Amino acid sequence: MDKIFEKPESIRDTETHYCTGCGHGIVHRVICEVVDDLGIREKLIGIAPVGCAVIAYDYWDFDVTEAAHGRVPAVATGIKRSLPDRIVFGYQGDGDLGAIGTAEIIHAANRGENITIIFVNNTVYGMTGGQMAPTTLLKQKTATTPSGRDEKKHGFPLKVCELLSVLPGVVYAERVSIHNPQNVLKAKKAIKKAFENQVKGLGFSIVEVLSPCPTYLGLSPQDAVKWIGEELTKEYPLGIYKGAA
Amino acid sequence: MCGNEALAEAAIIAGCRFYAGYPITPQNEIPAYMSKRMPEAGGVFIQSESELAAINMVFGSSLTGTRAMTSSSSPGISLKQEGISYLAACELPAIIVNIMRGGPGLGNIGPSQSDYFQAVKGGGHGDYHQIVIAPASVQEIADLTMLSFDLADKYRTPVMILGDGILGQMMEPVEFKAETKPEIKKDWILDGCKGRKPRIIKSLILSDGELEKFNLKLQKKYNQIKDIEQRCEVLYGDDSEITLVAYGTPSRICRSVVEKLRKKGKSIGMIRPITLWPFPERAFKELAKNVKSFLVVEMSCGQMIEDVKLAIDCARPVHFYGRTGGEIPGEDEIIKEIEHING
Amino acid sequence: MTEEIIFAGFGGQGIMFMGKAIAYAAMNEGKRVTWIPSYGAEVRGGTAYSMVIISDEAIASPLIKDPTICVAMNGPSLRKYEAKIKTNGLLVVNKSIIDIEPERKDIEILNIPVTELASEAGDHRIGNMVALGALLGKRKIIALESLINGLKDIVSSAYHNLLPVNEKAIRKGFEHGSR
Repeated sequence: MDKIFEKPESIRDTETHYCTGCGHGIVHRVICEVVDDLGIREKLIGIAPVGCAVIAYDYWDFDVTEAAHGRVPAVATGIKRSLPDRIVFGYQGDGDLGAIGTAEIIHAANRGENITIIFVNNTVYGMTGGQMAPTTLLKQKTATTPSGRDEKKHGFPLKVCELLSVLPGVVYAERVSIHNPQNVLKAKKAIKKAFENQVKGLGFSIVEVLSPCPTYLGLSPQDAVKWIGEELTKEYPLGIYKGAA
Repeated sequence: MCGNEALAEAAIIAGCRFYAGYPITPQNEIPAYMSKRMPEAGGVFIQSESELAAINMVFGSSLTGTRAMTSSSSPGISLKQEGISYLAACELPAIIVNIMRGGPGLGNIGPSQSDYFQAVKGGGHGDYHQIVIAPASVQEIADLTMLSFDLADKYRTPVMILGDGILGQMMEPVEFKAETKPEIKKDWILDGCKGRKPRIIKSLILSDGELEKFNLKLQKKYNQIKDIEQRCEVLYGDDSEITLVAYGTPSRICRSVVEKLRKKGKSIGMIRPITLWPFPERAFKELAKNVKSFLVVEMSCGQMIEDVKLAIDCARPVHFYGRTGGEIPGEDEIIKEIEHING
Repeated sequence: MTEEIIFAGFGGQGIMFMGKAIAYAAMNEGKRVTWIPSYGAEVRGGTAYSMVIISDEAIASPLIKDPTICVAMNGPSLRKYEAKIKTNGLLVVNKSIIDIEPERKDIEILNIPVTELASEAGDHRIGNMVALGALLGKRKIIALESLINGLKDIVSSAYHNLLPVNEKAIRKGFEHGSR
C-alpha cells in the first residue's frame, strides 16, 4: 500500500495541548514539513515565544530555545551572528511581536538580520485569557475590550507586514492564512520561501499567518475559519508585501 | 588605558566573541573599544536598539557556546534585569558589566555604588543569584574580567562586574595576562542537532513540583559557589581595633586612610570584598574574633552594610559612612568618622 | 616622591590630554601613576579637570583633594583650586587669559603666557603643551625627554605631523619655567 500521508521527521509524536480548532498545530506542522523538504533540521535552531506556543519545543524535533516575551528577534540575532551558517527562526504571536516586542522586531528587520520570522496573528492573547491584541479588529470583543475595540481608546489594528515592508533590511514579507486547505498550501509555499531566503543569505524574511483562535473568538472551529476568510482578510489583505514570490 | 578599555581588552583576551550594548555614560568606552577590537578578533559587535535587546542578544549568543558580554550603567542595568533572570534560569554563562552611576531614576553620571542590592540580591524576578565581582584598580579590572568569563563558564551562570564611574574612567598602568583557556566542554549548547538528539534551552517549568526541584538544584550550585569562590583582601587583619569595609573606589580611599593612620600608630585595618556575591563571610567571621568594630564606607546610603552585619551575626558594632548621588567620600571625612567612633 | 597634580580649565583646552601625557611619560619612567578625568556632561563648556598622581610607591586612592600642583588654565579653575594646594605646592597660571592675582603666599606661583608662547612655537592652540613644559621646568617630576618621547604613543598617528610643533611648545614652556 502506498503511504500518502505521514508525520514529518521534524515533528515529535506528541499529544496536542492546543484547543480544538487552534491554528498553531497547523503552523507547527507546516514549518516541520518545510524543514524536512529543505533538509535543514540538523542545522536548525528555533525560538519559541511567550504565549500559547511557548512549549512549541514539545512538538519540534530539533534544537529549540525559548525567549522572554517579545525578545525572540534579539535572541535570534545573538544566535545567528554567533553561528552564521546555522538556520535560525523565530516563532512569534501578535502580542509578542506586535506589542511588547515591537522594538526588537523592527530593529532586527531594519538590520536585515538573516533570520526567518513566522508571525502567527490570531487577534487575541490566548494564553492569558483572550485579552485585546495589537491586531484585534475594531469592534472586536475581547476580555479587555468588553464593548469592542474602540480606536479612540485602544488605537487601530497593527499592520505588521505593511509596516515592515518599508524597511530596506526586509527582503521578504508575506501575509498568508490557514483558514482552508488551499491557503495552507500557499502558507507552506511562503514559509518555504522565507527559509530559502535565509539559506541563500539574503536577509530578513517574515511570514504573517492569519490563524484561528476559536476559544477566544467565541466561535466554533468552523465559524472561526469562516470568519478569517470573510472578515479578517478584509482588514489584513493576503499577499506579498515585499520581495518576489 | 582607562578602566573601561582595559575591561574590554581583557574580555577579548579571555575569548569573548560577542558584545551587544546600548550607549550610556559612564561606560561608553566599552562599546567604542569593542566596535573596533571585536571585528579584529573575529567576533561580533552589535549596537542594539535597547538594553533589553542587548541582554537578549547575549542570551542568544551564549546558548551557542560563545563567550558573550554586555555592559551598561545603572538605568540600563535595570532594563537588563529581565534578561539576567532568564540567563540564570537557563543556566547560561554571560558577563554583564555595570559601571554604576548616581540614582535613582536618571540620577546623574557621577560615580556611585547604589546598585549593590540589585546586583547581589537578585535584581530580576525569581530565586536566583549571579556572581558579582568588584575590582578596585585598572589592573584588577583586567584580571577579574578574565576570571569572570571562567567563572561564568564553570558554573553556567551570569556574572556581573560591578564598577563605578571613577574606575571606568580612570587610567592606570595595566598588564594583560596571557589568554588562559580552561578546558570546559560545553555539551549543552544549541548548534543544530546533527549527530545528536535535539536539545532544548528553556526556563518554563510547568509540571507539578518540577520548578521547586529545579530551584533547589540552582541553590545547590549557589552553595557550591559560596563555598569555593569567596574572595577578599584584608589589610592588617590581625591587630586592628577598627576595620574599614569598602569595595571599588571607596576601598582606594580607605586604603589611604588606613596607611595614614597606621603611620600615626593607630590600630586600624581594612577588608575589601572582591566578590560581593558570594559575600566573603568567612573572612568577616574570622575578623570579628579580634576586631572591636567595623566601619562600612560606601558610595550609597548603606547597602553592603547589611551583608556585613549578616556575615558577623551582628557580633560587633557595624558603623556606616556613605556619600550618595554621585559624591565621593573624602579621606578627612572618613577619618573624622573614625575619631567619632573611637570617641 | 608623590606628586598630586590637578589640571583644570575649559573643555577644549586639552586638559585631559595634559594629564594623560605626563602620566604616560611617568609610567614609562617606571613610576606608579593614576589618571582620572572629569567626564560626561560637564566636560562640554564648563570646567574640566584631570587628576594625575605620580609616585614611587603604590597609589592607594586615585582621588586628589589637596594637590601638590595645580595647573590653572582659566580663571574659574584658579578660584576653585588655589585654596586647596598644599603648602609649598605649585600653582601654574595661564597668564594669557587669567587676570586675577593668586592670594596665597605659602605656595609657589608660576605665571606663564601660554598662548603667546604657543604662537611663537607655531600654533596658538597648543597652550596646554607650553604649560606642561613650564611645569616640568619648575618641578623636575620626570625628564623632559620622557614627555616628548611619549607623545607619539598617545596621539593618533593621523596627527603625528603635529608632533614637532608640540615638542617646540613644550620646550618653550620648559625654558620659561626653568628661569
